[in-house]
Amino acid sequence: MSILVYTETDQGKFKKGAFEVASYGKAVADQIGCDVFAVSFNANSPESLGTYGVSKVLNTSYEGSFDAKLFADAIKQAALQVGAKVVIVSSSADSRFLSPLLAISLDAGYATNVVALPSNLSPFTVKRAVFTNKAFSYTEITSDVKLIGVSNNAFGLVENSVACSVEAFDVSFSAPGVQVESVDKASDKVTIADADVVVSGGRGLKGPENWHMIEDLAQVLGAATACSKPVSDMGWRPHSEHVGQTGKPVASNLYIAIGVSGAIQHLAGINSSKVKVVINSDPEAPFFKAADYGIVGDAFEVVPTLIEKLKAFKADA
Amino acid sequence: MRILVCISHVPDTTSKINFVEGDTKFDTNGVQYIINPNDEFGLTRAMWFKEKNGATVDVINVGGPETETTLRKTLAIGADAAIRINTAALEASQVAKEIANVVQQGNYDLIIAGRESIDYNGGMVPGMIAALCDMSYVNNCVGLEIVGDKATAIREIDGGKETVSATLPLIVGGQKGLVEESDLKIPNMRGIMMARKKPLNVLEPQGSGTSSNTLNFEKPAPKGEVKLVSPENIDQLIDLLHNEAKVI
Ligand SMILES: Cc1cc2nc3c(=O)[nH]c(=O)nc-3n(C[C@H](O)[C@H](O)[C@H](O)COP(=O)(O)OP(=O)(O)OC[C@H]3O[C@@H](n4cnc5c(N)ncnc54)[C@H](O)[C@@H]3O)c2cc1C
Ligand SMILES: Nc1ncnc2c1ncn2[C@@H]1O[C@H](COP(=O)(O)O)[C@@H](O)[C@H]1O
Repeated sequence: MSILVYTETDQGKFKKGAFEVASYGKAVADQIGCDVFAVSFNANSPESLGTYGVSKVLNTSYEGSFDAKLFADAIKQAALQVGAKVVIVSSSADSRFLSPLLAISLDAGYATNVVALPSNLSPFTVKRAVFTNKAFSYTEITSDVKLIGVSNNAFGLVENSVACSVEAFDVSFSAPGVQVESVDKASDKVTIADADVVVSGGRGLKGPENWHMIEDLAQVLGAATACSKPVSDMGWRPHSEHVGQTGKPVASNLYIAIGVSGAIQHLAGINSSKVKVVINSDPEAPFFKAADYGIVGDAFEVVPTLIEKLKAFKADA
Repeated sequence: MRILVCISHVPDTTSKINFVEGDTKFDTNGVQYIINPNDEFGLTRAMWFKEKNGATVDVINVGGPETETTLRKTLAIGADAAIRINTAALEASQVAKEIANVVQQGNYDLIIAGRESIDYNGGMVPGMIAALCDMSYVNNCVGLEIVGDKATAIREIDGGKETVSATLPLIVGGQKGLVEESDLKIPNMRGIMMARKKPLNVLEPQGSGTSSNTLNFEKPAPKGEVKLVSPENIDQLIDLLHNEAKVI
């Protein structure tokens, strides 16, 4: 019996989520008393997973682009080879895409948005965020093989060095499910999914021409940029930046909301961010009830000062 | 072209989330139900294919009689027929198996579901249907065009977009972007009248098993008071974020 983690790479480099699922997998393995194996595609330095407790990596060479069906099939073969009873994936767009396919082919019960270690091994019970982060549920997975999707940033990276061997993993690849025609991805921008810090703007910023403030602040903090729903509906910002109940969830360490009122649907999406800061001119804005730190003030005055002072702070650090 | 749109019936986004019976059941008291927002974008896109490609559009829900108001609303928006599989939706694989059964018998070319439902947030049902029916599948779908039996879909990926092509039959997990917010259709009087005459077929479930079940729910711990910083004293905010919260 063992645990298998799917450790995602981007151009050969492990994503942060790969180290997080490895850390989580190691902690579950310690609860159960077994080893953690990893499966990866084209990883440059697979042995680096040893730092997070993985004792063996099945590394596959595959030159094509990501394909959910093909990847799910390969991960299934890895799970069968190592006799995995628990398979762990991240909450990246690609992992969430392939996991339902994997769940069916492994006949595994699948729990997504898992925010903590299993609270019980028998029955196998996990805590997951439901109702778009307005509540949690304790869910029992009853199948023999269990598939767990760990929520971004819920567990963090935990170093736990073990000896790690690497095995070239020979997969019989299935046909891809769809044909990738083109990819349009900004390689220099931090994504909301990976970001430690997210800076978000709302309708209070008055118009897209004022977004340089959000971008400059994000730049100083190495943050991703986000926005409220009306801002993306009006076309001030792309849909991919819309966060909230009907947009993307944000689980960053720091979330800074500027000119966002804090409607229930917005707050639902950012609930699992650890520290929240609000800058809003209206002291009655609901966001102040959800935030850890707040400034009642005009964004057009506060934010430029904040940017200057943060630059000085970063230069000193 | 035959399209099936999966409709999840969910609490309105402003609903207070409470639990009853020792935190084992969702408290439906005073809760308004709506079409899952992601499904609403998919339904509107299906209406577009109906106009442009002459498609017929069926909708499906796995649930008890209480979901029929939501299904009637989709008929009023313009769907041709509704199917309700008469069983409580317990979890994703059970729902997917029940829908897959209808898909296999119904000769559908395109199945549109939502990226996720806003109640259980599984994000699983469309992918599971795809696996069960061995169909092409695109998740996080923010754009969809169909010419003949060829589909071109845009998928949102972390940090960008990807354009893919596939041959029908296809299933997508859709979201905002399939159509714009301003294009969402709301039922008009004529639609509501016509919906009364459209078929809403109730099918008995095949009795698919489950692989997980919810034991109980918990609400997040109440939050402490916000710490206010004066706009004249931004240094204090930086100090708090650095030394107290340790996030910068
Ligand atoms: C079904 C449904 C789903 C939804 N899903 C989402 C979702 O996923 N995400 C989401 O964000 N919303 C969602 N909404 C919309 C939500 O209800 C709110 O309308 C929206 O979040 C408000 O956006 P906002 O805060 O940018 O704008 P507003 O509510 O207009 O707030 C603007 C704020 O800016 C402040 N302000 C104005 N000028 C300044 C200034 N100079 N300096 C500082 N502050 C200033 C104002 O005091 C105000 O609080 C949803 C709504 C529905 C019905
Ligand atoms: N009970 C249900 N009946 C019909 N469709 C459903 C049901 N539950 C989920 N779906 C569809 O599957 C999508 C994803 O749901 P979920 O996997 O629960 O997040 C939803 O947006 C719906 O399109």
